[in-house]
Amino acid sequence: MLILGIETSCDETGVALYDSERGLLAHALHSQVRLHAEYGGVVPELASRDHVRKLLPLLREILRRAGATPDAVEGVAYTRGPGLIGALLVGAAIGRGLAWAWNVPAIGVHHMEGHLLAPMLELEPPEFPFVALLVSGGHSLLVEVDGVGRYRILGESVDDAAGEAFDKTAKLLGLPYPGGPALARLAEQGDPQRFRFPRPMTDRPGCDFSFSGLKTAAINTWRGLEPTPANRADVARAFEDAVVDTLAIKCRRALQATRLRRLVVAGGVGANRRLRERLRELLAELGGHVYYPRLEFCTDNGAMIAYAGWRRLAAGQYDDTAIEVLPRWPLDSLPAVN
Amino acid sequence: MKLLALDTSTDACSAAVWMDGVARERYELAPRRHAALILPMIEAVLAEVGLRPTQLDAIAFGRGPGAFTGVRIAAGIAQGIAFAADLPVAPISTLAALALGVGREIGHSRLAVALDARMGEVYWGTYAVTADAAELLGEERVCAPAAVTAPAGGDWFGAGGGWRVHAAVLSRQLPVRGCLEERYPRAADVARLAVVPRQRADWVSPDWALPVYLRNEVVDKRAAGSR
Repeated sequence: MLILGIETSCDETGVALYDSERGLLAHALHSQVRLHAEYGGVVPELASRDHVRKLLPLLREILRRAGATPDAVEGVAYTRGPGLIGALLVGAAIGRGLAWAWNVPAIGVHHMEGHLLAPMLELEPPEFPFVALLVSGGHSLLVEVDGVGRYRILGESVDDAAGEAFDKTAKLLGLPYPGGPALARLAEQGDPQRFRFPRPMTDRPGCDFSFSGLKTAAINTWRGLEPTPANRADVARAFEDAVVDTLAIKCRRALQATRLRRLVVAGGVGANRRLRERLRELLAELGGHVYYPRLEFCTDNGAMIAYAGWRRLAAGQYDDTAIEVLPRWPLDSLPAVN
Repeated sequence: MKLLALDTSTDACSAAVWMDGVARERYELAPRRHAALILPMIEAVLAEVGLRPTQLDAIAFGRGPGAFTGVRIAAGIAQGIAFAADLPVAPISTLAALALGVGREIGHSRLAVALDARMGEVYWGTYAVTADAAELLGEERVCAPAAVTAPAGGDWFGAGGGWRVHAAVLSRQLPVRGCLEERYPRAADVARLAVVPRQRADWVSPDWALPVYLRNEVVDKRAAGSR
């Protein structure tokens, strides 16, 4: 079954062709980072305007690269939510229009389900059940995954998402937008012994996160210092260490609570090198294994939407012609796939 | 000529099929329900005449100006159907469609169209309307009601919700014989404008089925990125 996947929930236009027999045939992504950089954050209206310009050219490109004709597509999956409503509507309208005229089924996919199933596109995919850590600019979640659509939220952020805290802290340190990856690079040069920030919410039971206070600790420290490159790097290092440590502590708790030994890490922060190292050590210690999507599928992409859509379409789920997008959509409200 | 048209640019939502000189239409005032309604409407009008998408000659859509999200829903649906069915697209002005609709309804040839653009502005265009065409006189604009202009010497009739919101200022700027505020762009008129031979030169590939917003200053630079 050949599935077209469409992702437009935020500031990346992603499309992909996934075949259930042959795997991922082609994918393409247009990032709007430069469009929004001038404003220091995603401007929803500009994001929507860009999606509607970029999507069909990207679709032509992947059809050409896959050597596929449009009439070979047997299903369309698009991101229904959560995300920016205007951006979601562009992908939904084009995806539903395509599916309707091709006379093939269409399904709206949960963006975070896409992320947590993304490692299934790799050569050695994890088996169910597993624990998934989803950490991106918009989300921080720990989820027990028993199968497609069988999700139990173990913990989530009570304020800023992990990636959001990275970006905001980077901005306050004067790094260019989006600052998260730049902050991580800077931290490489920092002295790990110089400052120590709190590990928020690790002194009480549970797997919830809070990163807002950590951001404040970093800023207060930075404001008391000479703004030298070395000081900036030391603050970045202390901040990154605190985030990585906190995520690792919560992952350990989640694995212990569920008695599972498989951990999936997805979302943009999952590309962080120090976090990957730390979690690899943790799972080695626990006698388990950690799974990542390839780096380019840590961030938003169409491939994960195509894959998640295929799992649901293959189970007979599809949408009717009334288009509905869901800017807010609890992950644990999805129907299970048997 | 067989053509599918759709419009979701205002509080109204409509789809029409044009077949050999006859328009069949589904039309509903449906604020914020366009996404849910538009494909079922399209399905219904095509079923009524027994046409499949691939049997059409083109897709026409109301390309704006209007509500940003609404105009993008129409553009997205038009792009999707046209790409899948390998059809050209006719992007049609929503102001012209409204001018044609009201001009035909009342038998008047000089129409001044104003849609409420919020933020104290209107989307504005003046038209010379005949039975099957609405010729733009001047240019389409987004501007304060006090800044609208029209060619001299016309016997004008007003159309569109902008005339309700800004009645006093607009009629001071441009005295009109009368006014129909409770009218919206309709897919049947989008279709009528798309099929005239002169318009066919402006049909585009689906990739270029894009909105015309008119308002391009959409970022409040103080607010952006401060969340």
